[in-house]
Amino acid sequence: MEITSHWRIKKQRYALVGEVCPHCSAKIFPPRDICPECGDEAKDHYQFSGRGEVYSYTTLYNAPAGYEEQAPYTVAMVQLEEGPLVTAQLTDIDVKEPEVGMPVEMVTRKLGSEGDRGILIYGYKFRPVLETA
Amino acid sequence: MMVNKNHKTNNDVFIIGVGMTPVGEHWDRSLRELALEAMTAAREETGAMRPEAMFVANMLAPALSRQSHLGALLADFSGMRGIEAVAVGAAGASGGMALRQAYLALASGMVNTALVVGVEKITERVTAEVEAALITSSDADYESIHGLTQTVLAAMLMRRYGFEFNVPEHAFAGFSITAHANGAQNPNAMFRRPIKLETYQRAAILSDPINMFDAAPVADGAAAIFLARGDILPSNLPFPPVRIDASAAAVSAVAVHDRPNPLSLAAAEKAARVALERAAINLDQIDFFEVHDRYSIFAALSLEAAGFAAPGEGWKLAESGAIALNGQIPICTFGGSKARGDTGGATGVYQAAEAALQLQVRAGDIQVVDAKIGLIQSLGGIGSTAATHILSTVETL
Ligand SMILES: [Zn+2]
Repeated sequence: MEITSHWRIKKQRYALVGEVCPHCSAKIFPPRDICPECGDEAKDHYQFSGRGEVYSYTTLYNAPAGYEEQAPYTVAMVQLEEGPLVTAQLTDIDVKEPEVGMPVEMVTRKLGSEGDRGILIYGYKFRPVLETA
Repeated sequence: MMVNKNHKTNNDVFIIGVGMTPVGEHWDRSLRELALEAMTAAREETGAMRPEAMFVANMLAPALSRQSHLGALLADFSGMRGIEAVAVGAAGASGGMALRQAYLALASGMVNTALVVGVEKITERVTAEVEAALITSSDADYESIHGLTQTVLAAMLMRRYGFEFNVPEHAFAGFSITAHANGAQNPNAMFRRPIKLETYQRAAILSDPINMFDAAPVADGAAAIFLARGDILPSNLPFPPVRIDASAAAVSAVAVHDRPNPLSLAAAEKAARVALERAAINLDQIDFFEVHDRYSIFAALSLEAAGFAAPGEGWKLAESGAIALNGQIPICTFGGSKARGDTGGATGVYQAAEAALQLQVRAGDIQVVDAKIGLIQSLGGIGSTAATHILSTVETL
């Protein structure tokens, strides 16, 4: 992927900005401009809370080119509290074994690097929500 | 259009030739040489007919061989300059979709004969490059960027399936055991040894809960089938023509997380339902089902999508033996992707060729007894594209 394409979707990827449908109020992530629920146009920005729970997860050992030095790493599908599912890596799981249903929250981390110049790509990952006092 | 069960009509589309190379690591053979072997074998069964059109199924040649434009390349290399030829791309469903394009061309009457050839050359690159190429069929911006592979996407589905349906440990073993039992008798299969339950249970984990035997190996191979309209069928064919009774295709979201229910293969469900309607038959008339079992969870979900099992119960057909050659609904009769090997975009053409061999009673030790109607389904990505065909024998020509 070219650098411009990363720049184009940095809002979604840094801050989990999606859309809300003005017609049926569906919360949409990733943004897609046409509401998957009602089929009408949906371009209003919506800031997701970043909180959700693990829908499923697994650990990857055989990484694709460009990700080898990170392996092994754990990936998950996270059900956001506003509804949508999102796919991302889990991080900070040395403190807590992942499980289905585990509460998680979004953090921004390095996803990888790209190209000969090693451009760093940042984006969302999820970490366990720690019980606090 | 109603299907006449026993008599051909001019508009019917038939498979009159099949050819396959063994699946494996063909270090010494190029993409075009592999394709030519399968094309020549399929054409030989027709008395070396020259097709009017050729549809090439491929997924990875641009990424792994730096070669696109396979329609012209293979028509030229096989000495057929002048015909029309085009490559069809729908990730792992390229084979099924190429067959569908050929079917549409012939059924329309615009083309009388066509060659469908699937070819894939995968093993000349290292694993990380192959994984990176394979994941291009998923969502680049919202899946692949997180370092995903197809295997981890399948593993997450399998884990969720186990969670939602309370599936016992090793519930999927039967898919792998059956595929390897069948593949052992297929001369073109990559793996030709049956496996035991203990072997499955002890297998190394690739991405929990997927173990080595839940995932199909990707490898090199080529398959071809020759299609002809009913009104130009040659009279002296060496093997009985196999009729395509129905052809259907559908897509769903590319990204798994964009699906209302990730455990339901909506495209597979729709394509199977439409194909059954078009063939005007019921599920219980299907004698075997060539499932695209890149992962054992796909086999379970495909059986459920087609209606052979309720949601969450597809694995029970493996456990009970219903999917074995002598079972109620045999699947992957030549070993499927698991034992034959998965040849990416060529897989759907292998499935069609294998189904044709079953219906022509040429399957040897893996023959399904009294096979009259076969269902084949080709999946792209994590089931984002599904192409479904129903093939049958015709009693009176
Ligand atoms: Zn809406």
